[in-house]
Amino acid sequence: MFQVRIHGRGGQGVVTAAELLAVAVFDGGKHAQAFPSFGSERTGAPVVAYCRISDHEIRAREPIMEPDVLIIQDASLIKQIDVFAGLQPRGYVIINSAETAEELQLADKIKVPHSLAILPATELALTHLGRPVPNAVLLGAFSALTGVVPLEAVASAINEKFKPKIAAGNVAAATAAYEYVMNQVATHA
Amino acid sequence: MSTTQVKFYQVGSFAVGNRLLRDDERSVQSDPDRTNALTSGHRACQGCGEALGARYALDAAMRATNDQLIAVNATGCLEVFSTPYPESSWRVAWLHSLFGNAPAVATGVAAALKAKGNTTTRVVAQGGDGATVDIGLGPLSGMFERNDDVLYICYDNEAYMNTGVQRSGATPPAARTATTQAVGKQPGNLFGQGKYLPKIAMAHDIPYVATATIADLRDLEAKVERAMTMRGARYLHVLVPCPLGWGSASADTIKIARLATQSGLFPVFEAINGEVVASSKIRHRVAVDEYLKLQARYSHLFSPQRNDQVIDHLQRIADKNIERYELMGE
Amino acid sequence: MLRQVEGSKAVADAVAACQPEVICAYPISPQTHIVEGLSQLVKDGTLPNCEFINVESEFAAMSVAIGSSATGARTYTATASQGLLYMVEAVYNASGLGLPIVMTVANRAIGGPINIWNDHSDSMSQRDSGWLQLYAENNQEAVDLHIQAFRIAEEMSMPVMVCMDGFILTHAYEQVDIPTTDEVKAFLPPFVPRQHLDPAEPVSIGAMVGPESFMEVKYLAHQRMIDSAAKVQEVAKDFEAHFGRKTGGLLRSYRTEGAETIVLALGSIIGTLKDVIDELQLDGKSIGVVGLTSFRPFPYESVAAALKGAKRVIILEKAFSTGTGGIVTQDVARAIEGMGIKDFTVIAGLGGRPITISSLRNYLTNAMAENIDRLTFLDLEIDTVEVEINKERAQR
Repeated sequence: MFQVRIHGRGGQGVVTAAELLAVAVFDGGKHAQAFPSFGSERTGAPVVAYCRISDHEIRAREPIMEPDVLIIQDASLIKQIDVFAGLQPRGYVIINSAETAEELQLADKIKVPHSLAILPATELALTHLGRPVPNAVLLGAFSALTGVVPLEAVASAINEKFKPKIAAGNVAAATAAYEYVMNQVATHA
Repeated sequence: MSTTQVKFYQVGSFAVGNRLLRDDERSVQSDPDRTNALTSGHRACQGCGEALGARYALDAAMRATNDQLIAVNATGCLEVFSTPYPESSWRVAWLHSLFGNAPAVATGVAAALKAKGNTTTRVVAQGGDGATVDIGLGPLSGMFERNDDVLYICYDNEAYMNTGVQRSGATPPAARTATTQAVGKQPGNLFGQGKYLPKIAMAHDIPYVATATIADLRDLEAKVERAMTMRGARYLHVLVPCPLGWGSASADTIKIARLATQSGLFPVFEAINGEVVASSKIRHRVAVDEYLKLQARYSHLFSPQRNDQVIDHLQRIADKNIERYELMGE
Repeated sequence: MLRQVEGSKAVADAVAACQPEVICAYPISPQTHIVEGLSQLVKDGTLPNCEFINVESEFAAMSVAIGSSATGARTYTATASQGLLYMVEAVYNASGLGLPIVMTVANRAIGGPINIWNDHSDSMSQRDSGWLQLYAENNQEAVDLHIQAFRIAEEMSMPVMVCMDGFILTHAYEQVDIPTTDEVKAFLPPFVPRQHLDPAEPVSIGAMVGPESFMEVKYLAHQRMIDSAAKVQEVAKDFEAHFGRKTGGLLRSYRTEGAETIVLALGSIIGTLKDVIDELQLDGKSIGVVGLTSFRPFPYESVAAALKGAKRVIILEKAFSTGTGGIVTQDVARAIEGMGIKDFTVIAGLGGRPITISSLRNYLTNAMAENIDRLTFLDLEIDTVEVEINKERAQR
């Protein structure tokens, strides 16, 4: 079982991100369970969504306390809440930011060995989509960093969910994110 | 209003026999083959205005719809005295659910018929003043707002009669009820804002709103039949005196209803899409005293002496109605 | 068809596949996505010959449903929490009039204080109303139970509540197989009412029943509820024959053979419990779980049979009776009377408090050693409440 936790703010499509990931996993023939942490919807407030991925039926429904993957859609949350709580050793961290790990002071915050990808997802979204919505973009990064879902599955989930024009932009941005992270990984290898 | 040209053979009275009218102009009650929707055997009080009104209204509705009618009834006198299990006085398809939901239940019946593609069967909902203006107001407004295809008839006897004559939102000012006793500085019901449902119905701009009383039964029939020629939300408010609750003689029920109209306290009119289009003119205007005097629920206004302040206030209400609804004249 | 879809959407599609004729609903979290989904299907013509009525309150919703069902139309509505309470008068009226309305209750806590998250206090408050209550373990079962519910309701002439945990199931995206309209048609025949409003054959529905007959009428309802247990099983069996899935029915046991300790619960927590049971069994522990699907009718015999041989039963509840304790516990205790099985109650998840695997593991480990109180509130902040209790007592 692979557990993903996504952090962001209301209005950034955090719940949609979890949904897309679940659909991508399903399209790839595996089981996925996605759900938000439920609060009164309020633009700008911290939001968390979860996605469990497994080869078998998923039965448990508790919030994900020990994520294997963390996707941080809004880096401003890092200073505000403990987004890295429970991260599993050799887990994955994907952060939407134009800053570096040092500038984000990640060394102080993440205590376990992990794989890290930092990318300017909002900028990629603006470029390819024309809107600063990084959720689908970051799934491209997820695909590259973890290899748990292929990029094709991410693309197919995006095409199922959005209207053609928006879908195309999101797929392009997700692909760009995928390549960005693959380059980053290659560089650090 | 229904108007028919008739030759008079009786001078000095307004009585004109049905024998002078065509079959289709006659009262439904003159037809031996009428539905008799509310048949005999029910347990209403002697002189009950509601039993009279309901029988006329539903028989008219049945004729107007070729017997294709479903009736929904709120909890209240009408429902209680007509269906003491295992008996029922109703000869129409009839459903009683709860006190405050007759409009919504009727909406449901209409929706089911629509879903089944049945455009012939029509729906009538009926309830007393309590069920209509108080506890059922929300659902009634919802029914109006959606323009559901239901004719809602309110039988207004101006209090919660079946439970023992407690005050409702339709109880007139100064009237004595079990919860507005004729004692203290302001005996009887207080002078509030009132909750005049016909105006609330008109504010929704629904296709048809009308008032009627059991003093003019042909007029009541005609209004029901007119309403059934239309689709959408329609509302009929009928004054039905209650001898027990009003403290009047059972033989005076119709007379009291007439005095209510002739004093101006109960205006009789029709409105289409929120605008008054016709009103019944007062033929012999009377002071409100004539109406009030016959009802024990107002006796505290006359004894030990005439309460000029209150009665004059009621008279001003009557005067205002006459002006507002243009009740004098031709 | 197998789809990855939100629970609410799955339910909306399943209900639509049953071809209801009238849907009436008032929005309340967390049911909103269900009625939005259905409204869309009616408006865009996917669900034809159906009237979708936007009502002005939940009381109106159940009232419209009563009128519609009494006219012989297949009728559906949905609500939760405060909405369910607001329509209670009509809820009892619907069952009293024998109307086969199906209603989703997206289980949510009852206020005050206001709380929009999941627990079972809403449906539990209606356990005496004469409605059947079926609880879904996951979204697949939620889908299947709605389809089974229409058939149970119409064949028994009784209304059915399908309960699914608000947010936890309604807002979870998981894999569901949603039958098509044609597949459902083969399983669910058109609604033939026992009696209905018809000008051609007029009946009076809703007469006033006096003291001389009321007891008999109510006794018949009582007996009907008892008889409905067999119908629940029958329909589940036929559903399995049609769709190849074992969902619905009265209850399901998981790894209870020879178990010393059995946990009994309703709804989505059963899934989490199964994971905990697997862990504990790996550690050699003797523990299993009984998932109760039908709470009303309460399957006394089946519960007794399922718990037979255990030393103790732990009833996990997401609601309670203030000042008293467990609700389901009372029925379970009656079922196992004289069988020598001890019962313990754990109240958990009230108002949406997450029930974690680690909490359950700790509690159940202690439970197996009977190192627990008869009644426990799981994960209670003991220190905080003790301060408050002492303060209040001192002030009285």
